[in-house]
Amino acid sequence: MSRSASSALSRRQRGAAAVFIAPFLILFLATTIVPVGYAVWLSLYSEQTSGLGFGGAETVFVGLDNFTRALGSESFRDGFVTVGLYCAVYIPVMIGAALLLALLLDSAYARAKRFFQLALYLPNVIPGLIAATIWFYLYTPGLSPVVDVFESLGLGWDINSYGAALGAIANIAIWQHTGYNVIIFFAALQAIPREVIEAATVDGAGAVRTALKVKAPLIRGALVLAVLFTVIGAMQLFTEPQIIRTESAAIGGEWTPAMFIYTAVAERHDYGQAAAASIIFAVVLGAASFVVTRFTSRRAA
Amino acid sequence: MSVSTLDRPRTAAGAPPAPAPRRGVHTPLLSRAVVNTVLVLATVWTVLPLTWLLISSTKDFAALFGSGGFEFAGFHLTDNLRGLFAEENGIFLRWMLNSVLYAGAGALLGSFISLCAGYAFDKYAFPGKEKVFGLVLVGVLVPAAATAMPLYLMASKLGLTNTFWSVFLPGLVNPFGVYLARVFSSSFVPGELLEASRVDGAGELFGFFRISLPLLRPAFATLFLFSFTAGWNSFYLPLLMLSDHHLYPVSLGLYQWKTTLAVIPDRYPLVIIGSLVAVLPVVLAFFSLQRHWKAGLTSGAVK
Repeated sequence: MSRSASSALSRRQRGAAAVFIAPFLILFLATTIVPVGYAVWLSLYSEQTSGLGFGGAETVFVGLDNFTRALGSESFRDGFVTVGLYCAVYIPVMIGAALLLALLLDSAYARAKRFFQLALYLPNVIPGLIAATIWFYLYTPGLSPVVDVFESLGLGWDINSYGAALGAIANIAIWQHTGYNVIIFFAALQAIPREVIEAATVDGAGAVRTALKVKAPLIRGALVLAVLFTVIGAMQLFTEPQIIRTESAAIGGEWTPAMFIYTAVAERHDYGQAAAASIIFAVVLGAASFVVTRFTSRRAA
Repeated sequence: MSVSTLDRPRTAAGAPPAPAPRRGVHTPLLSRAVVNTVLVLATVWTVLPLTWLLISSTKDFAALFGSGGFEFAGFHLTDNLRGLFAEENGIFLRWMLNSVLYAGAGALLGSFISLCAGYAFDKYAFPGKEKVFGLVLVGVLVPAAATAMPLYLMASKLGLTNTFWSVFLPGLVNPFGVYLARVFSSSFVPGELLEASRVDGAGELFGFFRISLPLLRPAFATLFLFSFTAGWNSFYLPLLMLSDHHLYPVSLGLYQWKTTLAVIPDRYPLVIIGSLVAVLPVVLAFFSLQRHWKAGLTSGAVK
């Protein structure tokens, strides 16, 4: 378009654009794109020590062998099941709670809205490691009111069981991330034109019906985005189980895919399998985000 | 369903009255009580664990295991603090300063890099722009848990593992920040203003530093707050990259102490007071920049 008349200007602008983008692009290539390519390369090779282990390792092309070994590992597959179950518990509860709280904040009855937003958001700035540390103490029998409540209700609470461990970790995540989404949903609700809500009120809809039938569907875009980012974050689950692991027999070192990759690199030094696992993991995550966006946008259409 | 006498019985009857329905005198009061009670309960739930941290940081080892989680028992806050900064020749302070460098300096530089890139994507036309931007958006979706492993091996080939840079440089890259910066730039910096400065003969760098950057200051604050929080909380990459305790960020240092608790139980109070001290900078940053934080969160989500 601008090519004919002001090519000097456009060349100058292209030069400026290059200067502004270059620092980011170079770092982005070096820390994201190249590592992805390197992972693909690594996943096709294997380091094999020759004979008696003398003379160093030799890099051998092994085709898809690393992928079959990763997929063949039961703990790797179980990791996806664990993360899937975790998402199934954590995401509906967290998004539901965040939506409910945002609708309540948006209602005419709520007081001290600013205070509630700040207080609810606060856990989000707490490092995951420290959140897990705090909650871990709160899960310790004898120290914890949480465990006491469970026991007084006659419910067992054994952090060594798979279900309790999963619930304990889901609770930490819900605690950390609900407030963040409350803020996002609340802002989206505030952006709804007031006439729409007034129209619903004039039509005789009560506050609850307006909230559920009018307001909630109108912020679907924000909900979809929140679910998408939550799925991506939740599937990478690492820090919390890594912390609680020492206290719960249910959590092994390869409990989630991210933990599997970490163990493969840091403990087993099986780089080929770790690379293959990383790629499979990234592909599954990509597929999950695709499903989330596709499924929800079709419903929106 | 339960019987609720205070509900409006009319609407259920199916004859919507033409004017706005008259509510029972008690309904708003009840609703107000219910709404605010739920909000208060949720707040209690978010604040309670932090209260526990606050109370526990005043206890010594015996009181920690000998008293309820939410009751005071002796006041040893200063003892704990002294112990915290004395342990292992005061390495905790070193960890805090490392975190300030990784997260603070990293967020300053990283936010500036994101802002420049987002600004260029918004204000300039160049070949392949949307393709490159698409790549950036894909970068938002690439899981850090998957790139950390090849990144570690690359750093190891270059002899960069166990160095400051192995944690600092990856922390500068924030594709989502670039996306946010583009949104900010398009809503905060009017293109006509730049056109006018070009007509006056000003260069592109002048336009950015003298005209656009001042307008983008709130955007910068938002990006800084997010990167700072993310950097302060980062755990996976430092865990892979670093083995020298002196290079640890505070999160990794506390983790390392935590893993030794079975052998050195005396460190229980130190891990707790250390967690409290480690949380303070992020909480302070959050409260001092709270004006910007909401603008940033929502402009990314609503648009």
